[in-house]
Amino acid sequence: MASAVQAFAPYRVILASRLRAQAAYRGSFVADLFGSLCVAATEFAELWALFHNIDSLGGLDWHAMLMVFGIGEFAFSVADLLVGHLDTIPTYIRAGTLEAFYLRPLSLLGQLITSEIGLRRLTRMGVAVAAATYGFAANDIDWGPDVVAMLLLTLVMGVALFSGVFVWAAGAQFFLVNGSEFTNAITYGGSYASKQPSSIFPNPLRVFFTFVVPVAFVAYLPTLWILGLPGPEFLPSWLAWFSPVAVAVVWSVAWLLWRVGTRHYQGGGG
Amino acid sequence: MPRAASAYRKLFQAGFRSQSTYKLAMLAGLSTNTIFGFIRYSILTAAQATATGAFAGYTQGSISAYVWISQGLLGSVPMHANGAEISDRIRSGDVAIDIARPLDLQGATVVTDLGKSAYAFLPRGLPSVLIGALVVGLAMPTSPLGYALGLVSVALGIGTACALRFAVCLLGFWLIETRGFRNLYMVLATFLAGLYLPVPLFPDWLQTIANATPFPTMLQTPIDVISGRTADGAAVSAIAVQACWLLFCVALGRFMLVRGRRRLEVQGG
Amino acid sequence: MTAIIDVRELSRHFTVRRKEPGRLVRRRSEVVAVDAMTFSVQPGESVGYIGANGAGKSTTIKMLTGILVPTSGHVRTCGMEPLKQRKRLARRVGVVFGQRTQLWWDLPVSESFQILAAIHRLETPAATRRIDELVDKLEMGSYLDSPVRQLSLGQRMRAEIAASLLHSPDLLILDEPTIGLDVLSKQRLREFLRAERREKGITLLLTTHDVGDVERLCDRVLLVDHGKLAFDGTLTGLAATVGARRELVLDLAEPSADLTAIPGSTHLGSEGDGMRQRLSFDAAQTTVVALLGEVSRHAEVLDVTVAEPDIEDVLSRIYAATR
Repeated sequence: MASAVQAFAPYRVILASRLRAQAAYRGSFVADLFGSLCVAATEFAELWALFHNIDSLGGLDWHAMLMVFGIGEFAFSVADLLVGHLDTIPTYIRAGTLEAFYLRPLSLLGQLITSEIGLRRLTRMGVAVAAATYGFAANDIDWGPDVVAMLLLTLVMGVALFSGVFVWAAGAQFFLVNGSEFTNAITYGGSYASKQPSSIFPNPLRVFFTFVVPVAFVAYLPTLWILGLPGPEFLPSWLAWFSPVAVAVVWSVAWLLWRVGTRHYQGGGG
Repeated sequence: MPRAASAYRKLFQAGFRSQSTYKLAMLAGLSTNTIFGFIRYSILTAAQATATGAFAGYTQGSISAYVWISQGLLGSVPMHANGAEISDRIRSGDVAIDIARPLDLQGATVVTDLGKSAYAFLPRGLPSVLIGALVVGLAMPTSPLGYALGLVSVALGIGTACALRFAVCLLGFWLIETRGFRNLYMVLATFLAGLYLPVPLFPDWLQTIANATPFPTMLQTPIDVISGRTADGAAVSAIAVQACWLLFCVALGRFMLVRGRRRLEVQGG
Repeated sequence: MTAIIDVRELSRHFTVRRKEPGRLVRRRSEVVAVDAMTFSVQPGESVGYIGANGAGKSTTIKMLTGILVPTSGHVRTCGMEPLKQRKRLARRVGVVFGQRTQLWWDLPVSESFQILAAIHRLETPAATRRIDELVDKLEMGSYLDSPVRQLSLGQRMRAEIAASLLHSPDLLILDEPTIGLDVLSKQRLREFLRAERREKGITLLLTTHDVGDVERLCDRVLLVDHGKLAFDGTLTGLAATVGARRELVLDLAEPSADLTAIPGSTHLGSEGDGMRQRLSFDAAQTTVVALLGEVSRHAEVLDVTVAEPDIEDVLSRIYAATR
């Protein structure tokens, strides 16, 4: 255990210095926090305004939607906080920072991940937690150990899944020009989709968001299972327990793309 | 003044051409539009089907049109004040050179931005609508008058957005750090313009607030006119409202430019 | 003794896609950046790696450190394969880029050092000692707490070199380290590097355009021309090979007419009414003895000095020839 902690010591030091550096830029940090809050509030307002016209969306009522929204937003904002900056690799390449990373006795991806931390996402996280808490409280949930286990699994897997998507986006940067704008479609599109009930998607879209970018596992399926609701066609709610499989698939693809991408870069493709 | 007119024409063309180097970015924008379009189509058509009320009169066809036209217009209607060259020039002080030039800074900036917006129609705007039309279908007007009015409305919407964006950028004359304002502007603008949800679907009080701002005329109105939801007489009066807001935003920008100039002179440029 | 750098038939090709007017698809062409280079560097040597811009110097360094994959050939640095053992190699090598920084831009210099010490897993007391030693020798005390972005170029270079030596590497690779520095800073930097060699036996590989760097720091010169190794030897050897002209300074017994007719030489100038005359000659084509023989037929020679070719001249000729 001690040696595992030791092994990560350099990364902790780098991350700690990033936190200190950000503390120095108080003014713009507050502005960023506020900006994040505005974005999150707007997304919430969209949902809220929508429900002024309807009673349920895809079989979920307002309180259930709050849970989906809250969990999805939480998972994405935490992942964004930790690794959201990975798609800025082209900036690192241009500045020569990536080469400096190669010259250190540390893993490339590890250095990239710890090179930044998006603390401004904290307000987004706050909105997510608030929405989810309200949703959970308003539903009559039987807090048995299986429900608690599902919730914990969901939160961890949700963060892991979106983190994998960000790593995938990073690997893709090695092959695309203006890559981040393309990967945004998947990253932010996936986030948006995770906050919706998959039952509203036409079949091709549902397949896409269950098997290709499996964000249905992030919030929708777990919410269905916790509330004891049946799933739509081909998506029974117990699938929620298989989120680790979805995460494993996402990370495998992401890792593979990363390896190929760095090989490509070292082949002078940069 | 023919000379000024040809200068503006050239600026428009320059703005237009400057975007041709961003073909890949346009394609990327199109892919984002497509994915978000499909998701929003799913949400809004599901909502329309199960709506408790009239859903502001939207049908599946017209709500689909709303989704895809809004995605298409995103590339051309600037709903934010980020990354504008004029902001950098104000911060560095180079704007003094621009003001000293014979061509009006407001006119030049807005016309150039209009050129940039116009470019995005071909790689981003039209394809977005086409994809929606081909894959899921949408309702569009059948009369040429509808399209003509629609084009006018779109042009006015873009013009208002560019004019207001100019005014927001000019805040840099008074504030060193405009990031907070720009964030707020982007968030408010996109929401009140009806990007996330059509304004007619807002709760009444929120609709009132939105209509007290120029934002709905930037996006919601052009979408309504071009999709035929607002037609004929209603379309004409909607366009009149747009024109009023355009004038207001231009006047606001003018006012700020004059005051900003004065401030520069006081500070010694 | 195992070489600290061992390069055999090392090659690196790039595929360049260029858009040409009139053609629809980009034309692909192969650019050979490094062409079958072979050389080895023993521990403790100080090697200057010179060549025109684009000759392949940076590419070779990137292959030595594992940043780039060779297209073909064999490369071993500190006995390790750079690509496969990158992290292990990073512990034994220090690299300084003259035009890029490896420090953290917005942090104080001292904090950059602390982070690097943690990255290299140096024990705190040893790390502190090492940092203090480098700070002292490179005279960085006055700006340790300043953020890197506020430093002058000279200050930053000293910090970069200290950063690269923190983990006491066996090999130090420097890419244009003195570029943009003033004369005094260059001197101090060179003196520091020489001292490190003397005391620690560190091996130096130095890429530079600066003649002074090469003259004062390197015993050996590798000349790269269009990706090929064009010369591997001493600097004087290089001068001789290139055919740089040397200068003969003659002190004559009495004022004489200008010695313009000495075969194999060019008359450069006379002083003191012809008592001191300077001739330039090509060492490959004639010898000092032959020249003196000729001169003594015209005048009596009291004293003779032979001046080494100006290295500046040598290198300019080389660069001019390779354009």
